[in-house]
Amino acid sequence: MGKIEDLEVFNGEGYQLSRLDKVIAAARANSVWPLPFATSCCGIEYMGSMGSNYDVARFGMERMSFSPRQADLLIVAGTISKKLAPILKQVYEQMSEPKWVLSVGACASSGGIFDTYSVLQGIDRVIPVDVYVPGCPPRPEQIIDGIMKIHELVKHEGIRNRYSEEYKAKLDKYNIEVNGK
Amino acid sequence: MASKLTNEAVIERIKGQFGSDILSAETPYDFLTIEVLASKQHEIIEWLKKDEMLKISFLTNLGGVHYPEQAGREFAVVYHLQSMVNNFRLRLKIYVSKENPEVDTIVDLYAGANWMERETYDFFGITFKGHPNLVRILNEDSMDYFPMRKEYHLEDGTREDKDDRFFGR
Amino acid sequence: MSTWEEEKIHDDGIYESSLDTIDGSIATLNLGPTHPATHGIFQNVLKVDGEKILSSEQTIGYIHRAFEKLAERRPYNQITTITDRLNYCSSPINNMGWHMTVEKLIGAEIPKRAQYMRVIIMELARISDHLVCNAVIGVDTGALTGFTYLFQQREKIYDLFEEVCGARLTTNMGRIGGFERDFSPAFNEKLKAFLRDFPAVFNEFDALLSRNRIFMDRTRGAGPISAERALEYSFVGPNLRAAGVDYDVRVMEPYCSYEDFDFEVPVGTTGDTYDRFQVRQEEIRQSLRIIEQALAKMPEGSYKADLPEFYLPPKEEVYNNMEALIYHFKIVMGETPIPAGEVYHSVEGGNGELGFYLISDGGRSPYRLQFRRPCFIYYQAYPEMITGSSISDAVLTLSSMNVIAGELDA
Repeated sequence: MGKIEDLEVFNGEGYQLSRLDKVIAAARANSVWPLPFATSCCGIEYMGSMGSNYDVARFGMERMSFSPRQADLLIVAGTISKKLAPILKQVYEQMSEPKWVLSVGACASSGGIFDTYSVLQGIDRVIPVDVYVPGCPPRPEQIIDGIMKIHELVKHEGIRNRYSEEYKAKLDKYNIEVNGK
Repeated sequence: MASKLTNEAVIERIKGQFGSDILSAETPYDFLTIEVLASKQHEIIEWLKKDEMLKISFLTNLGGVHYPEQAGREFAVVYHLQSMVNNFRLRLKIYVSKENPEVDTIVDLYAGANWMERETYDFFGITFKGHPNLVRILNEDSMDYFPMRKEYHLEDGTREDKDDRFFGR
Repeated sequence: MSTWEEEKIHDDGIYESSLDTIDGSIATLNLGPTHPATHGIFQNVLKVDGEKILSSEQTIGYIHRAFEKLAERRPYNQITTITDRLNYCSSPINNMGWHMTVEKLIGAEIPKRAQYMRVIIMELARISDHLVCNAVIGVDTGALTGFTYLFQQREKIYDLFEEVCGARLTTNMGRIGGFERDFSPAFNEKLKAFLRDFPAVFNEFDALLSRNRIFMDRTRGAGPISAERALEYSFVGPNLRAAGVDYDVRVMEPYCSYEDFDFEVPVGTTGDTYDRFQVRQEEIRQSLRIIEQALAKMPEGSYKADLPEFYLPPKEEVYNNMEALIYHFKIVMGETPIPAGEVYHSVEGGNGELGFYLISDGGRSPYRLQFRRPCFIYYQAYPEMITGSSISDAVLTLSSMNVIAGELDA
């Protein structure tokens, strides 16, 4: 977890100096609003990690944002079929920058055991993914590990990253426009 | 509860009513299975539902089977019916050809048959005459084939990372 | 009240109020496919007049995974993994239902001890399934406490499953012919602790909701269905019993020695959300009774049947014994001869009669395997159940029907 003490700060009398981008990143990392796109079995394990034994509230994440517009993190938990793929993409496009994607479970990451005519073989065919969590389904510990990896990414996110050419090129591959520029 | 129905008694009663419309009757694993004329299936299921003795008035399951080798009877539609009062189960089969895979709907008898028939259409392309809304249910509307037919592949065709020799594709 | 009585249902199934609507407009509300209130991926396009639902159109299939086609390509023992993912809230029931189907096909005799072990596991799975459903009904009425409280106990059931097979949710438990191994002493300890601690927590949860005025007002009369209509729609399980029909596969066609146990089948009267909730609550209590009886009467004997052609031999024998090696190879490669034939076997799953219709042509995998998925069949009654009620009741009805997307879409 990113604590504000981790930042390099300069304390003077009555003021404190630090780098703005680091402060913003730490603030973001400690209050990620997830949008759970839970479709199947992995969704139940995600429910388990929301429950009291595992408790994602410890990471400042208990506030589910079911509106994509206010969400920072898209948690795709479960099988995404070809019928659902356009909807997933639409949800992703509606999220405002900066946004991250956590792919939970084998189905979301690669199609898993369902190498079938109806299943999308990995959500990275329609949207970019930041962290993959393996498992069928992953245990809540694994999901939390994935979430912490996302936090690491968020902490090292520069404020100008999303305006960069590289980021635009990455989204161009998926035919997605950069949001909220 | 009424005295338990036996397979013999049931088949006797059905044959007494429909005679030659019942093409065959077997009891694999003690489960009465009858094959009937495709054109008579609606009438028979309706009679079974209303018959005072049998009271086979619950539709358990409905689905298709594809037998590509059987010329003229490529598709089977299998109904599992049940009498909750008599605790008796019956399997009813009809066969149709691939040229004209059409059977009568039983949605007017069982509201629950609606989606089961749509699923059978979606998977096998068997059409149900008189169905109120016979469109695909599980697959995308744009799909141009019927995936459960034996000639179509299971796998997603776009995978490049799997070597066919090892994955049995 | 008089204005309500004037409402009528048109011939085309659209429910319309004879009252003037606000500026005469009917709104379309898209509930799903991803909606926080649906607890799964399915779409309902509602026509609403203010708060009141006039009609609803469903779209499903968003997580269609082609189970039945997949099953035609897999050896029998590998199909267990697919059944896990049908109703993933109670995977072990699906696993054992599938094992029993194959055992019926090959005509295997299962020792009493293995049957009693299966009963214990299946009833635990039923408890965990009903817990999710009832906790979520609580959440949808605004009572989050029950959810967080019960999920602690549900984790204990997962611990028990882990002790038996190593997995929590998609258990892939047991084999054709019995179990991989006997229950460990740790399992027995944990099970006893669960049976000791769980009823108190459960009763507290029950006391929070069952006689809670707000909860009762909210759920009574929400999404009712009559017994006749429920039978027309092929309802099964708790939803049918809530409508007043005492049909339970465990009683009507006992499998796995269910006839040895003394338990009751709870029924409701009106088939509304409150009845469905209560039926599930009572079933949890009955499941506990069954587990206690099974533990007390647990017979001595083997945890597996003597089926060398279907049951993987122990590793040390595979290394030291020619015959065992052959069997191992045959099973792993899916070369075990299977008799041709067709069987239908059903078990009482979390949502009702879960059926397996298996046609074997003697090949390495089924010629056709159809799952009778209770969710898929009864969910089509949903528009009829919510027409005329308010949107908030529709959400409650959906969660109390316990529609599991995996089972719905196959």
